[in-house]
Amino acid sequence: MRRGWFGRLVMWGVRIVFAVILAFPFYWMLITTFKRNTDLNNLENNPFLFNERPTLEHLRLLFHETMFPRWVLNTAFAGLVVVIITLLLAVPAAYALARLTGNWGAQLGIGVFLTYLIPPTLLFIPLSKVVALLGLQDSLWSIIIVYPSFTIPFSTWLLMGFFKSIPKDLDDAAMVDGLTRWGAFVKLMIPMSLSGILTVVIFSFTLVTQEFVYALTFIASAAHQTVGVGVPTFLVRGDVYYWGSLMAACLITSVPIGILYNLFLDRFIEGFTVGAVK
Amino acid sequence: MRRQRWLGPAMFMPAILYIVALVGVPFFMAFFYSLTDAKVGSTTYHFVGLHNFVDVLRNPTFRRSLQNSFVFTICSQILVLIGANILALALKDAFPGRRFLRFLILLPWVAPVSIGSLGWKWILDSLYSVISWVGVQLHIFHKFDTPMWLGEPKLAMMSVILVHTWHMLPFATVIILAGLTAIPKDIPEAAAVDGAGFFRTLFQITIPMMLPIINVAVLFGAIFTFTDMTVIYILTRGGPYDTTQVIPSEAFFTGVLGSDLAEGATISIFLVPLLVVAAYFMLRTAHRAEVT
Repeated sequence: MRRGWFGRLVMWGVRIVFAVILAFPFYWMLITTFKRNTDLNNLENNPFLFNERPTLEHLRLLFHETMFPRWVLNTAFAGLVVVIITLLLAVPAAYALARLTGNWGAQLGIGVFLTYLIPPTLLFIPLSKVVALLGLQDSLWSIIIVYPSFTIPFSTWLLMGFFKSIPKDLDDAAMVDGLTRWGAFVKLMIPMSLSGILTVVIFSFTLVTQEFVYALTFIASAAHQTVGVGVPTFLVRGDVYYWGSLMAACLITSVPIGILYNLFLDRFIEGFTVGAVK
Repeated sequence: MRRQRWLGPAMFMPAILYIVALVGVPFFMAFFYSLTDAKVGSTTYHFVGLHNFVDVLRNPTFRRSLQNSFVFTICSQILVLIGANILALALKDAFPGRRFLRFLILLPWVAPVSIGSLGWKWILDSLYSVISWVGVQLHIFHKFDTPMWLGEPKLAMMSVILVHTWHMLPFATVIILAGLTAIPKDIPEAAAVDGAGFFRTLFQITIPMMLPIINVAVLFGAIFTFTDMTVIYILTRGGPYDTTQVIPSEAFFTGVLGSDLAEGATISIFLVPLLVVAAYFMLRTAHRAEVT
């Protein structure tokens, strides 16, 4: 649609106002990370400026005197294992539901997706009992076992869409050429849906980094925490907030995850809008 | 082909069983616990019928949480809906720097929500809040009498609603944006040729065509808001005096921190009615997509 200069001005105004409000906390994390405590704690200072020389002290404290590096590693490890479990279970399931089982495969697929709507805050109490039964309380493995319960439904749903978009004739032709159904799946379908599989990898991983409620419920000691829970709950000593280090941790955690997620966001959204957009 | 009939079930059963074990079973366990007097750490329990539900409904803190949950969800979803529609319209057409701007706008949704909320906890600090500082400079607030953003009941509720809106807005925006770009370009253009202005096109063509997708955004937004406690846990822990307590956080404090499994489970059961309504609408949308 063609608009005059006034329309364009309004559009840019809207874009800039929203971008400033939405991104402001991250800008604030950035500034706080490099400010000296004496600067942060002086109410006379203009908080938007560096009134004293910038410092790397908060970053040093974060990496050398807190468990932050440990939490990053815990999160990365949990993410990796969850991704593997998710792929092993969701890829074959999505293919089977998309191809082999006809119409009730589609119904079952919708059923699987619906379980994604059942929130952690409904399941955390019974699951804490399950985790205790498995002897996994206060262990990173508790969340590694539980997280696929929400990554599998979403991944299966997304991959079903992918497999459905590959023409059926292709697997039929492969089977005429002597491949078994399983052979067609492994040698033809998986390579053809690599971009879908990559999407699932990124999403399962970012969902792990974003989860809060289960990790808070199942893991009590700081050493086994993930970044998402460790930073807000264990980086605060007593009543003292080390805002410089806290904001440094926030910035370091959120920007890389944000970039990764952003790259694959369009596919993720497709998962939600299937059926409503054609 | 016949001997391969087992292959399909063999491929999807592991995933189904995993979900049944870790979603289906706990789902029913939650109902089961709500009818018992189970506690953390004790292995024995007795059936108490609907006793927990009676107890919970009599509890003023719970009633407050229930009310707060609705206020929290409805207010933030209205704000999200208005903001997301405006923002989606502003992002629809190509413009220089669109990718970067989109990245900035998406950050609140893609960054871990506990981390983003922590950023807000600093921005809303009782002493060093940057918002209060600006207010003092503009002579809106008195220097040593700035608002306690998270410490006064009404302000605290407003703060958690706004922070949650901040978190959910990008999600609704990209969903609506996906819908906007799916509208065939020639329809609004034809309307423009026929003399319809910007607002007429908006209200008589764009919005009606967008309704199904807006429904999707509202549906998921409402569920993710009604069932989440992260923003509230980080910012206020339900305080001051339980004035920002919602059903999920109340269930957490009772069932997990308070070790009262039965009552915690009972509280979280109150999330189910909304989920049922949402599932119904989802199934209807999916069914309609299959028919047409």
